[in-house]
Amino acid sequence: MDNLGLVAAVSIAIAGITMAIGSIGPAVGEARAVAQALNSIAQQPDEANTITRTLFVGLAMIESTAIYCFVVTMILLFANPFWNYFISQAGR
Amino acid sequence: MNISPDEIVFIDWPGWGQLNATIVYTWVVLFLLVFICRSITAKLTSQTKISRWQNTLETIVIVINNQIREISRQEPGRYLPFIGTIFIFILTSNVLAVFPGFSPPTGSLSTTVALALSVFTAVPVYGIAQNGIGKYLRSYIQPTLFMLPFNIIGEISRTLALAVRLYGNMMSGTVIVAILLGLVPLFFPVVMQLLGLITGVIQAYIFAVLALVYITSASQAQKNNQEMKGER
Repeated sequence: MDNLGLVAAVSIAIAGITMAIGSIGPAVGEARAVAQALNSIAQQPDEANTITRTLFVGLAMIESTAIYCFVVTMILLFANPFWNYFISQAGR
Repeated sequence: MNISPDEIVFIDWPGWGQLNATIVYTWVVLFLLVFICRSITAKLTSQTKISRWQNTLETIVIVINNQIREISRQEPGRYLPFIGTIFIFILTSNVLAVFPGFSPPTGSLSTTVALALSVFTAVPVYGIAQNGIGKYLRSYIQPTLFMLPFNIIGEISRTLALAVRLYGNMMSGTVIVAILLGLVPLFFPVVMQLLGLITGVIQAYIFAVLALVYITSASQAQKNNQEMKGER
């Protein structure tokens, strides 16, 4: 396989793997956080406002790990620097 | 498909710069906000009967004030201009994303990095204004001198995280809709647009809250340390 095909194949495969693994961790983390928050709200409904606000901020911070993986995937798929480099090499 | 509005170029001056969609839509948002606010605040009254627009603005300011007071446990006066501006700018550009043809400027890494850098500079500015330069610099070697590199790395990495979080969330919304338009054209993208609206509002809130937490922690940490020493 030539360099270009290799880069394309590896990029696409790694993009899929990144998304797959990168969504497992945050999913488990968010599930635990939400379950705990629901428990707390059930025990202390008066504090629901504070709990919900903290929960949202926490969820966003947990979710950002998944978002990093997504950004890397998008870069690999649509703005791949290695792909562009080999294209410019082939153009010479 | 464009991964960022930076790639939509309206006018290109070679060797000098280019006018891309990010800049134009940022101008649109700025113009909209300034125009609305100017036209409302031109006729503010302190009488018992106020216009409904003044009522709207007062509600927004009071809500932001209350949130700042609850989160930072301090008087919101000095934080309101910075946090409120960031929140309203991000909120407006995220919500305007439902208009066809408008691509939110927050979906471009340049805008979010600029916003994150302004938070990055606001932290020492507020910290020094509150505690003085000596106390602020001393907070970097808390609890020991060995933590200095980690404190600095933390400062930089959280700025990066702030920028990439907002960019990733906004970009994912547009990309998902673009992909779904190719698969199930008619109905499902509308649902994802709704989801994108929710994420947009939440992300604006989270950006503002995190900026506030970073800014107040620079002054708060100092206070807690003093209290702990006083107790001993």
